Amino acid sequence: MIEVKNLEKTFGDNHVLRGITEHIEQGEKIAIIGPSGSGKSTFLRCLNLLEQPTGGEIWFDGMNITDPKCSIDKVRQKMGMVFQHFNLFPHLTILENITLAPVKLKLMSKEEADKKAYALLERIGMKEKADTYPAMLSGGQKQRIAIIRALAMNPEVMLFDEPTSALDPEMVGEVLDLIRELADEGMTMVIVTHEMGFAKEVATRVMFVDEGIIKEQNTPQAFFDNPQNPRLKEFLSKVL
Amino acid sequence: MFLQGFGNTLLISLFAVLIGVIIGLLVGIVRVYHNQTGGWKILDGICRAYVSVIRGTPMILQLMIWYYLIFASLDRDYVLFVAILGFGLNSGAYVSEIIRGGIQSIDVGQSEAGRSLGLSQVQTMRFIILPQAIKNSLPALGNEFIVLLKETSVAGTITVIDMTQAANLVRANTYDAFFPLIAVALVYWVLVTGLSALLKRAERRMAKSDRS
Repeated sequence: MIEVKNLEKTFGDNHVLRGITEHIEQGEKIAIIGPSGSGKSTFLRCLNLLEQPTGGEIWFDGMNITDPKCSIDKVRQKMGMVFQHFNLFPHLTILENITLAPVKLKLMSKEEADKKAYALLERIGMKEKADTYPAMLSGGQKQRIAIIRALAMNPEVMLFDEPTSALDPEMVGEVLDLIRELADEGMTMVIVTHEMGFAKEVATRVMFVDEGIIKEQNTPQAFFDNPQNPRLKEFLSKVL
Repeated sequence: MFLQGFGNTLLISLFAVLIGVIIGLLVGIVRVYHNQTGGWKILDGICRAYVSVIRGTPMILQLMIWYYLIFASLDRDYVLFVAILGFGLNSGAYVSEIIRGGIQSIDVGQSEAGRSLGLSQVQTMRFIILPQAIKNSLPALGNEFIVLLKETSVAGTITVIDMTQAANLVRANTYDAFFPLIAVALVYWVLVTGLSALLKRAERRMAKSDRS
């Protein structure tokens, strides 16, 4: 589904990604862990070209999306993204946050989009918040809205960039529960996270990104119980 | 004479604000786009030169240049049009800086969220960035509108009979300075106070999403 070929990214002199080649299959749930500054978020943001790679190629559904001729807006409609800081639109109501993109992109009529939004809100038990503004929600609620905002586009894959890192501890659970539900339904997802327990439980594959490359990857069981790379051993001993 | 002056002051202010806002939006967007992507180099250069020239020279001089140089051959009947253009172009430079600041005050995550949903750069600007930028800019924009309204009092320089010029003519003809000057000052004050109230209402309406 996603094919990454020798991906490189530099910011000025800073060589953040040093050649990542990877293949992500439909239905996989990939957790990416690594120390801060390792390039894991940059890797994720390259997948939908929020960061423009400086080298290599990314293929999605058989299309080379790093080709300048590729219509990236169309590709992004199929790749939902959830940010660390939620990035809800503060000037729009919750309902408008969810329906803006599908309606403006003419993927749904206003009625269809509203119906879909209400169904999604119902699912996370926040239907009564439809006409309120993001400023009135808690962090956990905001992030769950951000997730269903992405879901309203019917994406084929969901990218999560540290979705719980900005949350108060007591709100992490509700967000992880929702992500876990999506995983159980078969959504393909790539999650950059610091929640090791969650990665172990939900992921089908865990990657350790360090110094701009994938230093080790494995099934969660083998990854956490029997790490090989010395840097990974050191990292795990610090965070577990 | 007062009524004519009053009408002209309103006319110039209204249309100049309109021109100013349109130009300001366009120039502001061009400048932000260039700052963020490095594109539109020539267009950005033109916009920068425009802002620099307008802000670097006195309003009254700009008005004279429009009237006595650029539109020197234009029929006298169009002097009001020249005034509107002069004030509008002047205001546009200031509005563009206000808009630029407003857009740049919006967190980059907003634009990333819009783009990640598949919205184009233009749609993201229109539906996500600009509404928030304008809301943030409203106090500064209001200030600019008030300044503009009062600045139109120099229109008399190019023979427009605006409110101030009318008062001055009445003063010269009647040898009474008190009544016309104080009366017109009062009218300006009422206009500005009314405008402030309108702006405050607009601010309050746009702030409805802030309540938590």
